[in-house]
Amino acid sequence: MHIVVCIKQVPDSAQIRVHPVTNTIMRQGVPAIVNPYDLFALEEALRLKDRFGGRVTMLCMGPPQAEDALRKCISFGATDAILVTDRAFAGADTLATSYALAAAIRKIGQEQAVDLVFTGKQTIDGDTAQVGPGVAKRLGVNLLTYVSRIAEVDLDGRRIQVERRAEGGVQLLESTLPSLITMLEGTNEMRFASMDDMLRAARFPVRKWNKEDAGIEDLAKIGLKGSPTIVSKVFGPTPRSTKADMQSVADTSAQDVTLNLLQKIFTAHPMLEEELVERLSA
Amino acid sequence: MSEAPKPAAPKAAGRAGRNTELSEALKAYKGVWVFIEHDRGHVNPVSWELMGEARKLADKLQVDVAGVLMGGPDEPLDAYAAEAYAYGADRCYFVRDPVLKGYRNEPFTKGLTDLVNKHQPEIMLLGATTMGRDLAGSVATTLGTGLTADCTELNIDGRALAATRPTFGGSLLCTIMTLAYRPQMATIRPRVMQMPRRDASRTGDGVEMPLGMIETDVVTKLLDFIPDANRNTVNLAYADVIVTGGKGLKQPDNFKLIWDLARVLGAEVGGTRPVVQAGWIEADRQVGQTGKTVRPKLYIAAGVSGAIQHRVGMESSDVIVAINTDPNAPIFEFAHYGIVGNAMQVLPVLTEAFRTHLDKRIRKVA
Amino acid sequence: MAEQFDAIVVGAGPSGNAATYTLAKAGLKVLQIERGEYPGSKNVQGAILYAQALEQIIPDFRDDAPLERHIIEQRMWMLDDNSFVGTHYRSDDYNKPPYNRYTIIRAQFDKWFSSKVREAGALLICETTVEHLLLDGDTVVGVHCDRMGGEVRADVVILADGVNSTLARKAGFHGEISSKNVALAVKEILFMPEETIQSRFNIKEDEGVVIELMGTVTEGMVGTGFLYTNKDSLTIGVGCMLSDFKANPKKTTPYALLEKLKRHPSVAPLIEGGEMKEYAAHLIPEGGFNAVPKIFGNGWMIVGDSGGFVNAAHREGSNLAMTTGRLAAETVIAARAAGRPMTARTLKAYKDALDESFVMKDLKKYRNLPDVLEKSPQFFTTYPELVNRAAKTLFTVDGVDKMTKQREITGSFKSARKFTGLVGDAIKLWRATR
Repeated sequence: MHIVVCIKQVPDSAQIRVHPVTNTIMRQGVPAIVNPYDLFALEEALRLKDRFGGRVTMLCMGPPQAEDALRKCISFGATDAILVTDRAFAGADTLATSYALAAAIRKIGQEQAVDLVFTGKQTIDGDTAQVGPGVAKRLGVNLLTYVSRIAEVDLDGRRIQVERRAEGGVQLLESTLPSLITMLEGTNEMRFASMDDMLRAARFPVRKWNKEDAGIEDLAKIGLKGSPTIVSKVFGPTPRSTKADMQSVADTSAQDVTLNLLQKIFTAHPMLEEELVERLSA
Repeated sequence: MSEAPKPAAPKAAGRAGRNTELSEALKAYKGVWVFIEHDRGHVNPVSWELMGEARKLADKLQVDVAGVLMGGPDEPLDAYAAEAYAYGADRCYFVRDPVLKGYRNEPFTKGLTDLVNKHQPEIMLLGATTMGRDLAGSVATTLGTGLTADCTELNIDGRALAATRPTFGGSLLCTIMTLAYRPQMATIRPRVMQMPRRDASRTGDGVEMPLGMIETDVVTKLLDFIPDANRNTVNLAYADVIVTGGKGLKQPDNFKLIWDLARVLGAEVGGTRPVVQAGWIEADRQVGQTGKTVRPKLYIAAGVSGAIQHRVGMESSDVIVAINTDPNAPIFEFAHYGIVGNAMQVLPVLTEAFRTHLDKRIRKVA
Repeated sequence: MAEQFDAIVVGAGPSGNAATYTLAKAGLKVLQIERGEYPGSKNVQGAILYAQALEQIIPDFRDDAPLERHIIEQRMWMLDDNSFVGTHYRSDDYNKPPYNRYTIIRAQFDKWFSSKVREAGALLICETTVEHLLLDGDTVVGVHCDRMGGEVRADVVILADGVNSTLARKAGFHGEISSKNVALAVKEILFMPEETIQSRFNIKEDEGVVIELMGTVTEGMVGTGFLYTNKDSLTIGVGCMLSDFKANPKKTTPYALLEKLKRHPSVAPLIEGGEMKEYAAHLIPEGGFNAVPKIFGNGWMIVGDSGGFVNAAHREGSNLAMTTGRLAAETVIAARAAGRPMTARTLKAYKDALDESFVMKDLKKYRNLPDVLEKSPQFFTTYPELVNRAAKTLFTVDGVDKMTKQREITGSFKSARKFTGLVGDAIKLWRATR
């Protein structure tokens, strides 16, 4: 079995700060991590590899330092890792990104046919969830999004059954291989890398592909040129003119503060008081 | 497949040599569409929220609003259309086919793409639900056009759509435009836009379109649908009173204090992304940019710092009360009332104060 | 089968990076193990880089290292509750490259240093904790990590695992750190526009100022404060001996102390308008010479904070860390070249090198300081008050004749400390710093 897992290296958005003066993102010092959603995809792929044997090839489009993210994936047990990196990719939106990734996957498929492509649900920096569907469309493979569980895989019969999260319930879908799966979070628990895995990853020769290596045919479809969406401005949220009406427990007591608070709220919002009374008496 | 836009004239090459000029062919695209999401007899209310938004945009552009309804021949699409008109649509496009009963990516992508190619809207909106995002990504890629996800605000700039959304995990906002391609697509999360007024007297016209696919054409089969076991599903998005706990509560056991307060207020319980990731409460209760957007009348946040990832999920609440030990916590910048103190200490006292006060009022009423 | 390396370095802070880089550059097979998510994730520093120490390791570091400002002015302030008496030294010589000291932001700097280490050919693994040393008798033969198959062997293990190191203790090489030998420091980074910093501190682009503060602000506890100018932010912090925090009847927290410092009328105007965007706390080993444990043995050496190599009197730590790391590595390289085994006998050369260097010489010079200061809170309370009051008396022109003022000043000192006390204090200080 040959599975390709697409990942992205992203800034750890939990640690991102906005520069209070220039209102821009402060990237320095914010560690770059493997997009957490991608790890669920990777673990699922590794479990299939454990079951069926074969290879898991990691794929990432990014700047040179994204190599670290691929290395981390190798430490979990992936077989191979390819970093598609080229200045020409800079500024790509999701449409241009899916074009580049699809081309690279086709190239990878020439070395060994690909049975499944996995991606995470979305990234924590873009949050669009668009690249997975885009890649599937371009490769002409079946798209299975928000997969919570892989129910069955029949490698010889080229069939796969998955549970897909929908509103109010779960769809049981059956499709054929190859397919592209975007994996839901919380669906599995990542394994721990052994010492050997860590050392192997530290030494691993991550393959680097530029746009030619990745088989990009139409340069107008990558990078900024290939991106229909344009960011016209970036800004911080409008600060509210007045800060909260503050009280401190340290000044008086929790009792006083809470009684004060209730008095203020209910004076200003009598309807709210009515509503809460209704709820409690119900 | 829409014809490729003509390459821009050199003088209007736009940024970095990329195309920012709309071709004549694409200028002809008119109208604002809303993909109406429905499943097993119910329309997802986000469709109506989007209908209201579409109406505002269309009025500015002086064009029509249309709803897109796709489904099986025995599904009540006409009843849904009547609702669509009541919420502001001028027209509905129908694609009815047994193949469309129950959502699957392939036939829906084909149907919607064909509709777009034939009737050429300039803007298309979908809900940012599992269905909407699955479909939008495929359709946008097929059409080779721009798609902006999870928008928090939509405006018209010139004649183009200016879609604003959080970026970098919500730390900042950015405005995105699709200048040279059509339709301009956007997905919006439920509860971000307000539900519009309903005018039952409004009507509209319908246009039918065949799907042109048969079941054997569709590779993926829908074998079954398993409804969620838990009937009391968390209804955070529509709750009127919410009490949320954050990492400032220090330990999962302390979350009990949140539940206690919620009980007295008849409130739903919410959590921030960190506490959900830590497993203190279920993912359905996550409030924030990647969780649920809420618009309650009263929102009480304890031990929540107020990072923008959370803020964008609840800042439209009518009354926001925040409890935090750090007087400089960002949440105090946009809360209405703030208490600087230890949540573990304040919450029980607050719960008791509410209970006593409301009890008194009930006895007065009774 | 556990893999064998020439050397294992535990920790990817300044001392660990210095050691690993030096070893890797010499062609040794070296593995560096860091417990944090990435190098520097567990590190906090008031962020001064001493160029000389780094030059000895990476001579051309200035080409691509992330540096904030080069320091051209040093201010030392003695504060009482609402004033200060200070000394400034500023020289245009400091504007002549190569610059001697820089302010840095640790997160970026550590990342850069680590990339150099890997370029040099070392293997680095993160998110891996060394649980204990592998011992053969009293010889260290490797490490045991918290991963499956976590044993790795090496001819020598260099412990660069910081102030909280437990490895040497677990192996029985030294005892617990006493809270008397450790300071708890907190710092904040406050952002403000470059131009504001430059106009407030009277510096131009790329120039920087360091302010060292002491006085009543630490409420009689032994400690100091500091304020550094970065490119578009200020670092402000304060630290005191952990034992003093514990013994303080007011139970002031380090954070509260920092707030107090920030509100001081001489400090507040400098930081006004700054937006706090990062807050960190860390322990600093400040026991000095007398608290330095055994730093080498059969198959092992200790470098950096783990060995207590901090000169608290001058607030120098990272230069000692880097120098100890380098010297340890050089010891290993020389031993290998001479075909000698990594026994205590061979590795003693490390201690000898340290003794010859400024590291031990400086620590030795100030060895009595911690003890003297601990027993003499008057240096942090009475004297700052006296000195400030004296200055006020002296500089206030109010019609009082100068002789009276002079008598008032000397009188205040005598009555506060008595003549014998004054002499005693002078002797103490002299002994502590000679």
